[in-house]
Amino acid sequence: MANAEKVLVYRHAGVTRVTHWINVVALTLLLMSGLQIFNAHPALYWGARSHFEQPWLSMTGELRGDSAVGVTRLGGLKFTTTGLFGVSGKGEMLAYRGFPRWVTLPASQDLADGRRWHFFFAWLFVINGLVYWGTNLINGHIRRDLVPTGKDLAPSNLWHEIVTHAQLKFPKGEEARHYNVLQKGAYLSVVLILLPLMVLTGLTMSPSMDAGFHWLLDLFGGRQSARSIHFISAALIVAFIVVHLVMVLVSGVWNNIRSMITGRYAIEVEPQDATGGAAEPALQGAAE
Amino acid sequence: MTATSNRRGWLKAGGAALGGLWLAACDRIGQDPKVLKVVSSAEGLTRRAQRLVVDRKALAREFTPADISPVFKPNGSIDPQDADYLAHKATGFADYRLVVDGLVDHPLSLSLADLRAQPSRTQITRHDCVEGWSAIGKWTGARLGPLLDKAGLKKEARYIVFHCADTLEQTLDGSGQYYESIDLIDAHHPQTILAYDLNDKPLPVANGAPLRLRVERQLGYKQAKYIMRLEAVADFAHIARGGGGFWEDRGYEWYAGI
Repeated sequence: MANAEKVLVYRHAGVTRVTHWINVVALTLLLMSGLQIFNAHPALYWGARSHFEQPWLSMTGELRGDSAVGVTRLGGLKFTTTGLFGVSGKGEMLAYRGFPRWVTLPASQDLADGRRWHFFFAWLFVINGLVYWGTNLINGHIRRDLVPTGKDLAPSNLWHEIVTHAQLKFPKGEEARHYNVLQKGAYLSVVLILLPLMVLTGLTMSPSMDAGFHWLLDLFGGRQSARSIHFISAALIVAFIVVHLVMVLVSGVWNNIRSMITGRYAIEVEPQDATGGAAEPALQGAAE
Repeated sequence: MTATSNRRGWLKAGGAALGGLWLAACDRIGQDPKVLKVVSSAEGLTRRAQRLVVDRKALAREFTPADISPVFKPNGSIDPQDADYLAHKATGFADYRLVVDGLVDHPLSLSLADLRAQPSRTQITRHDCVEGWSAIGKWTGARLGPLLDKAGLKKEARYIVFHCADTLEQTLDGSGQYYESIDLIDAHHPQTILAYDLNDKPLPVANGAPLRLRVERQLGYKQAKYIMRLEAVADFAHIARGGGGFWEDRGYEWYAGI
């Protein structure tokens, strides 16, 4: 009986691998220093200016009796979030702060240093992104591997991918040579929408850039809206990263990590002479 | 049961240890002066890049009266207790004089009436605090450019330093006095004014009476309040702690365009 063979295919080009790992560092530090900056005024608004009486999101602390209670407001809702948002820290470190010490950079309240970290890694992130976009538009990676094909977008295929993904059944053989439509959609919306959105909304918070490019303010509906969208977009990127890491873990962690380091990704292929039999469940079972 | 709770205990202890290491490592790296120097190098890049892509005369957006904040949130010093300032405040700033000196051909001493007679500008603009919030106000004031032309800047002059009346931090060496500085590009920008009115009324004490700077393409801490003296300088290394401003001396960027 012919067994399924593992072959290494070349999955990720050098540029993709290098820019990926630079992004891991840059996005981590941008997130942590960004939360430090957010903590200087942990409230978000819509429009050009702050309507201090009606933020759509705020994290505050209030005294109830002898204890400090963290309160998070989202729209009209009010949550007690002591220990996480509004009030956090143990013993002497107990403080009124939006996000807790362990997710901010620096850990202590320090807006000046937080900004310096943020803008340094913002530059690294932008340059890295330009290298990624420049090379991958030229070498065709984005068009060839990330833009969904008509076949990808057929409703039957979409449904099939959603169901098999939810069952944590991952493509094997020939299918595994390419990204499936859900992967394409996730990666493309991150590199095409969310990451550029971070840069543009970040620049819209700059009073100097606003003077040079009034359209930035019109595009996002004002500086405070841009700050809100910056925060929401960051949250969506965090959500993507969480799902991405779960998928890496459940779909073969070493294979995935190796492919992002060496470029080689192992897929299982049926030998040519066994392709007919591979479709039969019994044989497939035997093959495993 | 015991095995499970044991395992949980280990996981918890391990997690706490890892978390502690993470925090300690982050803090150690974050506090290292060499590392901070490297990350601070981005400021020069940002200033050059913004000066490159934004026209020197590009105007900050101006808003309509309907956009004005009902209360213009004051920040920093809001009620200075310095003796000289209190004396001016008691007399309604009748004896106030703005001194313009340093590297100028004709030092000036201007009363509020003199300032109101200077070429002026009124603008409804957005004020962006470094903390993240924004407020919109209507400012009227003397344009800084024509005023400096009148004083006649010497060739060596590169920055304008704003010396203020308020002490924001009590220090032994007097470095807690508020001050700020801008370069000549921003000093000559059409929207850069020494504002004496906010929302058509004389500037309130909380917002910087009798005179404050508006340099509309930078953040709030550049907008010096309670201005007593303008000094034209070649560089500001000898002033206070040498950073070019009260907050700059405490770690904030001198170029606050972002």
